[in-house]
Amino acid sequence: MKTTLSSPLSVPVGVTTARAPRLRYWRAALLLTPMFAMLLLFCLAPMGWVVIHSLQSDDGLTLGHFKEILGSPFYLQAFDNSLRISLYSSVIGLLVTLAGAASLRRVESRLKNAVVAFINMTSNLSGVPLAFAFIIIVGTNGALTLLFRQWGWLDDFHLYSRSGLILLYTYFQLPLGLLLLYPALDALDDHWQEAASLLGANHWAYWRHVGLPVLAPALLGTFILLFANAMGAYATAFALTAGNFNLVTVRIASLVSGNVYLEPNMAAALSVLLVALLALVTAMNQWLLKRSYHAR
Amino acid sequence: MRADRYHHLVVTLLILLLAVPIVATLLYSLAQRWEATILPEGITLSWYWQLWQDSRFLTAFGHSLLVCVGTLLLSTIIIVPAVFVVFYRFPSLDRWMNILILLPFAMPPVVASVGLLQLFAGGPLPLVGTPWILVGCYFTIALPFMYRSLANSLQALNVRDLMDAAYLLGASTPRAFLNVILPNLRKGLMASLFLSFSFLLGEFVFANILVGSRYETLQVYLYSMRATSGHFTSAVVTSYFLFTLVLTWFATRFGRQD
Repeated sequence: MKTTLSSPLSVPVGVTTARAPRLRYWRAALLLTPMFAMLLLFCLAPMGWVVIHSLQSDDGLTLGHFKEILGSPFYLQAFDNSLRISLYSSVIGLLVTLAGAASLRRVESRLKNAVVAFINMTSNLSGVPLAFAFIIIVGTNGALTLLFRQWGWLDDFHLYSRSGLILLYTYFQLPLGLLLLYPALDALDDHWQEAASLLGANHWAYWRHVGLPVLAPALLGTFILLFANAMGAYATAFALTAGNFNLVTVRIASLVSGNVYLEPNMAAALSVLLVALLALVTAMNQWLLKRSYHAR
Repeated sequence: MRADRYHHLVVTLLILLLAVPIVATLLYSLAQRWEATILPEGITLSWYWQLWQDSRFLTAFGHSLLVCVGTLLLSTIIIVPAVFVVFYRFPSLDRWMNILILLPFAMPPVVASVGLLQLFAGGPLPLVGTPWILVGCYFTIALPFMYRSLANSLQALNVRDLMDAAYLLGASTPRAFLNVILPNLRKGLMASLFLSFSFLLGEFVFANILVGSRYETLQVYLYSMRATSGHFTSAVVTSYFLFTLVLTWFATRFGRQD
């Protein structure tokens, strides 16, 4: 409807030749080429290289790299560490985020806006600066570590370990989770809680039967983003342990830029497995999402 | 009333949790020494003085600014006309663009750098070790934000009617774009530029793996300083953080106006 109304006008006033519109479209398409060229060079081509070379060895096509990874305790440990740290930090992050976002909706709007701005600000603290901040606070000679040790509070916490990494990862998950989940909570109608309590439901029953089921898609979606974010993260762990903690991303990087031996094809195979894992989790998430919609 | 107090408590705890690393870094950068006490001893600006006189830091900061500003200029020149063309001439392409711009997201930077390192190590485009490869990579980081932000602005405009009005007044397509459409995109563009700027300034993975010390950026410098005094690195982190704070402030300011 709209196009039929405006199409006579879209021919420029001064132009009369019939060929002109097509020529102009040609020029318009030309304006798209730099963008596609950049994407091709710096995104699609590296992606293609990784996929092709994960299947290549000195003597032709092979699945050998994948076999080697699946048979190597060292690489499997990297996957185990990455998966555990990502899973724990995403679940803890999601729980803290849910409690935080639910309460954030209930405070007065001036405080709310200030807190959202503050959360936006903290989302900038990630990667190398984040690792350094945590080294200062809870590293071996961190201010809190020394203080707690003096007070005798500190049992066995090492920042440069798996639990330390979970702590750091959880920290950088929080701003992301809050910013994703906070708008989604608007799906909850305030009257539902009143209605539920009129029907005799207590606070927990309301969340169990109304709140969480309604939020399920948003929670799943947020979880998947946090999880993927953690699985792909490299800078924080690398800066904290100088590449000594065994994670998939750390392994990939050291296979292409380390100073021992370089095996780009092996790095490519690890990369393919990592991305495939992320794709699998996303697909599972989509499936759950569909089911949660059908259930309603 | 009780519920009210609970919500305030949760929000306060959340703020405290998020603020601890930032406040601690700030205090540490201002402290002469801080060992096993609740508060640091001896406030000083000497770490900052030392930092801002370090020519290696200033060079790295300059490199970062140059790469980021260069990337954003290039991105603006490439993406703004492209989004306009998509919306005005090929609207059906928008659906595909939305999938395409997600690709850089789906691929962690470490994975991308595996391929980039091999493709650009030699051959026709030997970019590894130069800032140019960072410009290319950072373009793919900025693209999703800029494309979405510009697409949202264009969706809010009635592009076709505006262009038709400009044609009736005798303007050519480029002129109508420059004088009518572009001014309307300014706010969305500025907001996405400042947002991308703060992201790019914090980028470490590409910078470290693809270029490293051959063209040292801020994050690579910061990483290489890990063995020095914690007070000094805190001063770097705080300076960097304050800088991105100003950038995000600009981003929200521009973002809020429309």
